[in-house]
Amino acid sequence: MSDRQDVFAQVAAQIEPFNKKGVTLADGTSFAKDLEWDSLTVMDFVAAIEDEFDIIITMNMQAEIETIGQLVDAVLKLRAEG
Amino acid sequence: MGEVIEQSATTMRDAGAETDLFSKFDGILAERAALLATGVRDPYAIVMSEVKSPTLAVINGKDTILLGTYNYMGMTFDPDVVQAGKDALDEFGSGTTGSRVLNGTYQGHKECEDALKEFYGTRSAMVFSTGYQANLGMISTLAGKGDYVIIDADSHASIYDGCFLGNAEIVRFRHNSVEDLDKRLGRLPAEAQKLVVLEGVYSMLGDVAPLPDMVAAVRKHPNCMILVDEAHGMGFFGKHGRGVYEEQGVEKEIDFVVGTFSKSVGTVGGFCVSDHPKFEVMRFAARPYIFTASLPPSVVATAATSIRKLMHAGEKRAHLWENSRRLHKGLRDMGFNLGTETAQSAIISVILTDQTQAVAMWQALLELGLYVNMARPPATPAGWFLLRCSLCAEHSSEQVGQILDIFAAAGRSTGVIPG
Repeated sequence: MSDRQDVFAQVAAQIEPFNKKGVTLADGTSFAKDLEWDSLTVMDFVAAIEDEFDIIITMNMQAEIETIGQLVDAVLKLRAEG
Repeated sequence: MGEVIEQSATTMRDAGAETDLFSKFDGILAERAALLATGVRDPYAIVMSEVKSPTLAVINGKDTILLGTYNYMGMTFDPDVVQAGKDALDEFGSGTTGSRVLNGTYQGHKECEDALKEFYGTRSAMVFSTGYQANLGMISTLAGKGDYVIIDADSHASIYDGCFLGNAEIVRFRHNSVEDLDKRLGRLPAEAQKLVVLEGVYSMLGDVAPLPDMVAAVRKHPNCMILVDEAHGMGFFGKHGRGVYEEQGVEKEIDFVVGTFSKSVGTVGGFCVSDHPKFEVMRFAARPYIFTASLPPSVVATAATSIRKLMHAGEKRAHLWENSRRLHKGLRDMGFNLGTETAQSAIISVILTDQTQAVAMWQALLELGLYVNMARPPATPAGWFLLRCSLCAEHSSEQVGQILDIFAAAGRSTGVIPG
């Protein structure tokens, strides 16, 4: 598996507890539109992702991330910087 | 006459049916309409036609005990406070019509800042027009581009908005979690300047922050300053009533305290106090301080008088704590689900299962002559519907007894507690 696939799988595992509707996850899956997460769910999820990858996703960055693919790319970039 | 009214009703464009900028609010409008269609009274449209005391008002023509005002120390009708306001109106007029940095600083504003400096024992004090603006001004100005603001996830809206107004990077940690705060600070660049924002009392559940542990966690990391919002702690926490940070003995570790005049002080306005030698420069940099009119002379006069009286309010503090503990225990014994295990502050939150139950309970209380605040997501943590009670030092022991009786009756009639 490539590094990106690896990160995607880890992100998908973190989404699972919050994926109440059983939405199929892909790069284009939107947190707001497809998963229908409210702000509280987003907050809990972001904290889980930060701890999983030992990174910080600032609220400024979060505003730019709408889909799973964008999140995976952000995680890869942040990990490379860290 | 009828014609004039008709004309005034159509003076501006009426475009309700079209898709326009208001369409994004259709969800809110539909939810409200559905709620009100069930026949309940609107929890967000209460009008107090008469206010008889800090604890009693007339709502819908009926005497109602106030248990949701944040008027913790009951200063709103204090004779000295009211007189100070009247004198200032006579001597200085109804308003300043100007910014603090131009024509809006009167003798009263300086006296109010002097009272704050004495109350907090700090070198500097800066008065803003509201507590909301104090947080906007301090957070957005202190932390600039490239700096970090680290906030609790349950922070008040004014703290979030202060972050959004500024250009810093915003990092959240899980509510009151020392470990989470420590971990996040550890992941930030050591050389970056950081502002950690904490609250003494969190207003939704009335829970208190573990400040000594949080401060210790922050001090492990370089380049951090700490701001504590004591909006709901001023007046009755600590020996001098300064707030939770005083009660928990971390005064020497806090860089900035933000507070408000609209809770214990009993009027409106906000402030920040600090010992930092360069603090006064904020007057020339904080936009929410500069680009708004200053508080009216009567308001700063009432605030200054109230602050000075709060320095010597030991007995009132003791009575407020007694009231809070008694209400908390009473509600708990009846079987209500409360936001905290014990009474941590003068806010006691009753957790309801959903909006329907919360509104039914709220209305039952009101009909029996008791007003509490209703709070709902997203303002509340964990998506909870809350009935928030805030006690006042002026609630008599008899009133607390009445409050408990009303809760018992309303709880049983709505099925929130077993009949």
